[in-house]
Amino acid sequence: MNPLPLSSQLINLLAALLLLLSFAMLAQRRIALLVQLLALQGLVLFISTVVVAIRADQHHLYYSAALTLMLKVIVLPWILYRLIRRLHVQWDIETLVKIPTTMLLGLMLVVFAFGLAQPISALAVTVTRSTLGIALAVVLLAFLMMITRRKAIAQVIGFLAMENGLFFAATSATYGMPMVVELGVALDVLVGVLVLGIFLFHIREQFDSLDLQHLESLKER
Amino acid sequence: MELLVLLGVPLTGALLLLLIGGREHAPEVNVLASTATLVAAAVLTVRVIRDGPMLVWNDQLFVDSFNVFLVSLTALVGLTTALFSRPYMRIEALHGRVTHKRLRLYHGMFQLFMFTMLLALLTNNLGILWVAMEAATLSTVLLVSLYRTPQSLEAAWKYFILCGVGIAQALFGTILLYFAAEQLPGIEGMSALLWTHLNDVKGQLEPQILGLAFVFLLVGYGTKVGLAPVHNWLPDAHAEGPTPISAVLSGLLLNVALYAVIRCKVLVEGALQSTLPSQMLMAFGLLSVVLAAFFLWRQRDIKRLFAYSSIEHMGIITFAFGLGGPVANFAGLLHMTVHSLTKSAIFFAVGHAAQKAGTQIMDDIRGLVTVSPTVGWGLMLGTLAILGMPPFGVFASEFLILTTAMREQPWATPLLLLALGVAFAAIFSRVQPMVFGETNVARLPHAPALIPVFVHLAIVLLLGLYIPPYLADWYRQAAELIQ
Repeated sequence: MNPLPLSSQLINLLAALLLLLSFAMLAQRRIALLVQLLALQGLVLFISTVVVAIRADQHHLYYSAALTLMLKVIVLPWILYRLIRRLHVQWDIETLVKIPTTMLLGLMLVVFAFGLAQPISALAVTVTRSTLGIALAVVLLAFLMMITRRKAIAQVIGFLAMENGLFFAATSATYGMPMVVELGVALDVLVGVLVLGIFLFHIREQFDSLDLQHLESLKER
Repeated sequence: MELLVLLGVPLTGALLLLLIGGREHAPEVNVLASTATLVAAAVLTVRVIRDGPMLVWNDQLFVDSFNVFLVSLTALVGLTTALFSRPYMRIEALHGRVTHKRLRLYHGMFQLFMFTMLLALLTNNLGILWVAMEAATLSTVLLVSLYRTPQSLEAAWKYFILCGVGIAQALFGTILLYFAAEQLPGIEGMSALLWTHLNDVKGQLEPQILGLAFVFLLVGYGTKVGLAPVHNWLPDAHAEGPTPISAVLSGLLLNVALYAVIRCKVLVEGALQSTLPSQMLMAFGLLSVVLAAFFLWRQRDIKRLFAYSSIEHMGIITFAFGLGGPVANFAGLLHMTVHSLTKSAIFFAVGHAAQKAGTQIMDDIRGLVTVSPTVGWGLMLGTLAILGMPPFGVFASEFLILTTAMREQPWATPLLLLALGVAFAAIFSRVQPMVFGETNVARLPHAPALIPVFVHLAIVLLLGLYIPPYLADWYRQAAELIQ
């Protein structure tokens, strides 16, 4: 059996790192470190996009990679970091119970994602086809994080991690979506984070805390 | 040209109003922009009916009889809502519930929302459709929390997070769709997301991928349609936001999200060569109808009540499109139209009623008809219309859906009838004492805008009594397109 070409091995390694970072975020309880992990995830995403672009000789992927670097490694983490500094929550520890349970659930989600993506990856002709399962797993893990977190800002970070997974799915399955769409998605994400930033201040002003426990009055009785 | 005006006016209006939206004459600018949009939509509609479908701007925009009717409906409700919000927001400002700055936000975002809705309807590119749907959430989310009460913040947060997660699923579905399309020879890059191109080759798309993609797309856009069990954001967002926003969310956003689902369903069903997507639509639709009907009983807040009624009606429409066939599709389109018009009319009346009584709790609103006959009768007639009483248009479409269901899927009919009956009893028993009986409501400082209410109800009445042949033809063409 021939060994995989170097670039494919590199992409697989980066994909594994991405998944590992997802688990790290699931387990991380300090908000400032969560932001750093998110930035790190963006960086891995950027490197993998560049590698895919070189390997597949797809020029438009360089632009997406540049966009990723700008948005996900620099701008968004910067906004989030300023936000948590101004809200004085950077060293807050979330009272997140039962991390081992969350991790186990996460493992199950990964198995599920791989099962779901298997028949689809088999059809792909791209160099990165084996990573579609990982992309789906990253999306689902981010989803799990959003469900299990109590602090509003952690949910925002989960939301962005989910976006990272989707972006990775787009590069790994199809060498990226058309540029117009990618620009549109990036714009939506940026505006979304700004809107959420405004929100966090409103929530803070209203409740004196960012704990989502306060946001449970509208249940059906 | 019409398209340029149609998309350009709301966008320019949004930018302009974000600058001057707090000034005294901002509501009039808002109305003016909406009027221009409606005129453009009307001209476009006439052209499409006369000349058939259009593809413009490198095939990026696409108009056929299916989306053009939603475009004109969107523009119409946009204008009437702008008319209604003129006195409504002035009264809110007088009561001190909104400041200058927030009025600016309100007017700017209102036009931006109209722009995103129209873009979502007109685009041929499934990726742009996604971008526009997400932008629609973003432009309304700060409006839901406009009053900055704890409840409104909670509602907006829920709206953002749930719809954000939902729409992320839709993006994954879109990626899968793009992936399947790229496998085909001759389709690559941009054209792999163009709906018309995909529709031409849908028989060759890989069924396995499309099946999975549809699950993601349905759950994703279905969240925005408000289908159970992912409907939780809807009653909160409708109840806590300003009433004009409840009207456009209910009357327009839900329709546009359903439009996205149906466009995807046409593709997927063509690729799968099976009726699985239809069955999924029927199941989700039926679940929403039944669940909403029983939740209606527990409501105390008038806007929440009608929000649940929206879930119920979106369920009926989804079920109708799941049934398929010319009659059910026709009825589904008709129901989309009459529901939008009736529900927004009801929210207009409800908005003024709540302003008069100073509360949204139904037990505290009594005898509207004695103080303000127009508000009272508007609410009563709207309620009767939405409950499917003849001769209103809702009756006609519900009748068509039920009779088709009896023939095609007899098992579903008792469930539908039961749910409709429960909903009828729940809503009617609540609204009746609000309209008649002893009064406790006060007069308003500005005359309410009730022309929109009665214009909407008149159209709904007309559609129940007599559907003009060209309109029927138009619906029939659209029904064929989504076969």
